[in-house]
Amino acid sequence: MRPFLPLAALAALSLPAQATEVPPMAAEPARTECSACHMAYPPGLLPARSWKAIMGSLDKHFGENASLDPATAKKIEDYLVANSAEAMGFTGVTRGLAADQTPLRIADMPWWRSIHGDPAGRWFHSGRVAGPGDCAACHEGAQQGFFHDE
Amino acid sequence: MRAAPRFLALALALAAAPALAGPRDDLIAGFAGAAGITPSAERGHAFFLATPGGGNADTPSCSTCHTADPRAEGRTRAGKAIAPMAVSKTPDRFTDAAKVDKWFRRNCDSVLGRECTAAEKADILTYFASL
Repeated sequence: MRPFLPLAALAALSLPAQATEVPPMAAEPARTECSACHMAYPPGLLPARSWKAIMGSLDKHFGENASLDPATAKKIEDYLVANSAEAMGFTGVTRGLAADQTPLRIADMPWWRSIHGDPAGRWFHSGRVAGPGDCAACHEGAQQGFFHDE
Repeated sequence: MRAAPRFLALALALAAAPALAGPRDDLIAGFAGAAGITPSAERGHAFFLATPGGGNADTPSCSTCHTADPRAEGRTRAGKAIAPMAVSKTPDRFTDAAKVDKWFRRNCDSVLGRECTAAEKADILTYFASL
């Protein structure tokens, strides 16, 4: 395995000490809808306000129209907020984030950058890796919530 | 031993085929009727490969993500595989009207910057069903 991520990465996120796992996006319809184009990202890796902003702009979702019917969108937003970083007690996820900042990308979170570096870096655009959001390209267990695989 | 699963798969495919063709045929007929056209796989093929402009720079054509061959697996910009659009490869394609509506709404906006017309929908579904 590549010595790419510091071993303390997950500890820095204030995940439980024994955890090698971030609770994955398990609930429906969130899992199916969110994983149609990309990995279903663990809801605990963003603050609630980020999820609200994402769900409020699905028709312009990182250059794609990802709109959903309002009833489905509401269910998913409620689930994301109820499992957001704050709700999960992942204080490390919001550490370093100013109150007026609402990143829409996990790779724009200070915690992500402190672990991975610059998301514009060549590493994340290698062809094999579709971008900094392509977690599973390096973290083989990402879909199941396992990131502690360095 | 190896023949058994294949036989089973074939039997299941044959059993499922009439059940799946119905809703898909109905969908295509609905779009064609709304447009007042006879759908054309040839026009659908051209539409699939076209770069009409008006959409997002990252997705100039259907084939940007789905590749130029609908029988092949595509890839989203985020790196996920997209099952082939060709009905011969993905038999349950276009049998769920809500799913079809959702993806036309999204992808026509991404590629063309507008909704697709009923004629365009009838043609491209006819193309995918013909492969």
